[in-house]
Amino acid sequence: MTATEREPVARAAATEASPVALALRGVRKHYGEFAAVDGIDLEVRRGEFVTLLGPSGSGKTTTLRMVAGFVRQDAGTIEIEGTDVARVPPYRRDVGMVFQNYALFPHMTAAENVAFPLAMRGVSRAKQEERVQRALELVKLGTLGHRYPRELSGGQQQRVALARAVVFQPRLLLMDEPLGALDKKLREALQLEILHISRRLGATVIYVTHDQEEALVMSDRIAIFESGRIQQLGTGTELYERPASIFVADFVGESNLFRGRVRHADGGSWLVRGDWRWRVDPGLFTSGPIDDGGAAAIVVRPEHLDVVAPGTDVGGRNHVPGVVSDVLYLGPSRKLELRLPDGTAAVVRQPAGADGAWRPGDEVRLAWPVERGVVVHDREPATTA
Amino acid sequence: MGDTDSWRAPRRLALLAFGVVAVLYLVGPMLVVIPMSFTAANILSWPPEGFSTQWYEKMVEDPQWSRGFVNSLQVAVLTALLSSVLGTLGALGIVRGRFPGKALANALILSPLIVPVIIIAIGFFAFFSIARLTGSLPGLVLAHTALAVPFVIINVGTILRTMDRNLELAAASLGADPIRTFRRVTFPLILPGVLAGALFAFITSWDEVVVSIFMTTTRFRTLPVEMWEQVRQVVDPTVAAVATVVMAVTTTVLVFVFVVRRRVVVR
Amino acid sequence: MNALRLPVRRAGASTGAPLVNPWAALAMPVLVFLVVCFLVPLIVMGMRAVTDLPSDAGGDVLVNFRRFFEGEANVRVLGNTFWVAVLSTLTCLAIGYPYAYLMTVASPRWTGILLIAVLVPFWSSLLVRTYAWQVILRDTGLINSTLIGWGLIAEPLDLYQTTTAVILGMTHVLLPFMVLPLFTTMSRIDPELTKAAANLGATPARAFLRVFLPLSVPGVLSGSLLVFVLALGFYITPALLGSPKDTMLSAFIATRVQQQLDWGLASAMALVLIGVTLAVLFVASRFIRVRDVFGALESD
Repeated sequence: MTATEREPVARAAATEASPVALALRGVRKHYGEFAAVDGIDLEVRRGEFVTLLGPSGSGKTTTLRMVAGFVRQDAGTIEIEGTDVARVPPYRRDVGMVFQNYALFPHMTAAENVAFPLAMRGVSRAKQEERVQRALELVKLGTLGHRYPRELSGGQQQRVALARAVVFQPRLLLMDEPLGALDKKLREALQLEILHISRRLGATVIYVTHDQEEALVMSDRIAIFESGRIQQLGTGTELYERPASIFVADFVGESNLFRGRVRHADGGSWLVRGDWRWRVDPGLFTSGPIDDGGAAAIVVRPEHLDVVAPGTDVGGRNHVPGVVSDVLYLGPSRKLELRLPDGTAAVVRQPAGADGAWRPGDEVRLAWPVERGVVVHDREPATTA
Repeated sequence: MGDTDSWRAPRRLALLAFGVVAVLYLVGPMLVVIPMSFTAANILSWPPEGFSTQWYEKMVEDPQWSRGFVNSLQVAVLTALLSSVLGTLGALGIVRGRFPGKALANALILSPLIVPVIIIAIGFFAFFSIARLTGSLPGLVLAHTALAVPFVIINVGTILRTMDRNLELAAASLGADPIRTFRRVTFPLILPGVLAGALFAFITSWDEVVVSIFMTTTRFRTLPVEMWEQVRQVVDPTVAAVATVVMAVTTTVLVFVFVVRRRVVVR
Repeated sequence: MNALRLPVRRAGASTGAPLVNPWAALAMPVLVFLVVCFLVPLIVMGMRAVTDLPSDAGGDVLVNFRRFFEGEANVRVLGNTFWVAVLSTLTCLAIGYPYAYLMTVASPRWTGILLIAVLVPFWSSLLVRTYAWQVILRDTGLINSTLIGWGLIAEPLDLYQTTTAVILGMTHVLLPFMVLPLFTTMSRIDPELTKAAANLGATPARAFLRVFLPLSVPGVLSGSLLVFVLALGFYITPALLGSPKDTMLSAFIATRVQQQLDWGLASAMALVLIGVTLAVLFVASRFIRVRDVFGALESD
């Protein structure tokens, strides 16, 4: 199931006009020689849902922990609601956090857990009770407040953790892979629930995950992390349709790469590889202009590749020969794995009812329209944002 | 007993029989003492004859025994208190702390469990007689605390090591300063370990013989030392009565330990 | 005490980490206490081996050690100490291995019962247990009375004050130290492995010998080391259950101090005993991680 097939959720709680809730400027964190976070700039507007997405060790969790105040940055500034929080300890930052393993206090009931931040803020007993009850109802646990965490299922524990993190109306809600420990079905249900709740509360959410599908479903914007840097920041659509690097193209969704060198000649732009020449659109150079002779790659999503018999006229489209190596049935769609003459692999995704019953070993031609081919530098660009 | 697939009946029976014999070997000897303490006979012979509480009466009437009982209780309670304070702080420092020579500190903490107790005993004797602390309550409490404090550190340390550090980070993010984090989160979580450690410290002191032999005088003796003297000289069953009482106290404390341990929240 | 802001530990973090953190201060009271009330007494005692010299020593600081090794009785006691420790270790292993195995394969309920059965004696008075063995092994004790009562023997067997009695009593005390490390190791062996071996054609006996036994060796080594080292220092049990010829080093040292006030010789013996213990630990540390052995105590 891809992100686009999911139920759409009302968005646009945050607009360009909303005030900045969180700003990171040039934030760095080194552990010895290792740069965990290597210069991060990020602005999050009030009410926005921003996901930090990346492989493990890419610096996303460290970034989150610096915002929470658990880890102190070596350089750069972190501002929450316009105030530099460098000297503010975690317990005065007024930032709610949901941990991957929930971190519920095992010696307190669910209700006591949720009441904890209120007690720390000197809220009266009567008020505490009322707000705890409301928060538990918000996460659909209104009747389970008396239970201890060990008496709750994983999903229920996660809801308590969420209630605890929002009950004191923090300025930011941080979530560190909150669904990582749950199975797929439950995860998908909770994704939507978290999203609805955060929308209802108008919360500003910074969400860490390594699951790209989860990021696409939930986020207003996604920051792709790699090696301590943000490789690309944008909406899910932007990242999927206009990836600015090979890394992003690979990390968000599946992609086919056609590598070569850029030629600006014959009144157009081309990517050349040996005998092959593909037309490219300089308007789709997402990683910036590429000079004549520069190494680059065309990124084509599997659903935009067309499989036709060899010798078929493909019109003005780019094309390349290939051999079908495998056909995988996936229910609503099918996936073709192919091998190009130079040995590289390619993937094609078709609706299950599409024409053409290709079988392994069939010689075919792959074609794609020029406007579906995004062109990026063929070496990880240093920074793009 | 699980795993029926790989279990052939004879092997299972043999293991079962072995288990019964082994449990009997472990637990049986201590149970033998109880009927012995109620014998009506004057000598320590099996089987006990009749039923009499005379040895318990003799024990209560003899000031040696009753004073020993009170002394032992005092020493054990004070040892438990001192060990649990020192040990809890020590466990926090050893598990969470970072300092040069930590491996050495770890070795020092475990060494009272390894160094032969006779050597500790004569070491204390040599040292405390200089400090004029032999034959006194404080001297014995200090000596027993050195023997008991590793148990508190082990008990509290195990909980600290397995405890989820995110709990404390969560408390901080929810607005608890370090002191309140400790009071409301860390301490309640290590409390079962502290209590178990304190009870083990109590038992360690309550049962301790060797160091006590060297650290006590005729004016100030603990129950085990009194037993040690009597076992070697007297053969009447009073000692059986005393042993039963000593066991009863230990068992009661152990039951508390198990109750406390059950409260350790494993997560 | 604000350790909450310390960096999360990561690969390569060591170089940037501070050398001391505030938590360390909490370890100081107990460390100071142990230095003053444990280490210093041991040092003071040890010093007497080279300061309490007989009047005829003539400045020979090692005379006490020489006296120890030159005395035939002393060397015999040292040898006997070793011998008894070896026998107790073997007995513990013979009983402890199947016991721990039983704990591993039994249902959780039985495992619990077996664990309690091994822990209760662990925590009950050494003196009471030794006394109980006296009641059992005496000429008029439980075993002899029962056997005579059944008419199996006419004269009481010589049980009390023998090496056998010492081993029985010591094994009883030391068994937990064998069972706990063994159980820890065995319970970590994946039971699927034995099944896999069976699936590959091994008979149950061969599966045990080729798969389970080799994997349990670390537990055997840990348990044996722990038992052996502890057995070297036994005092009460051999003194009460053994005959004079079963005297072990501990009792010998006690007598030197209590009856002869010969501190020089006693301290020299104590240093020999510590030296032997450390040597065993050192040799063992080349094969297993000694810290794990004593860490095994934590699993009780």
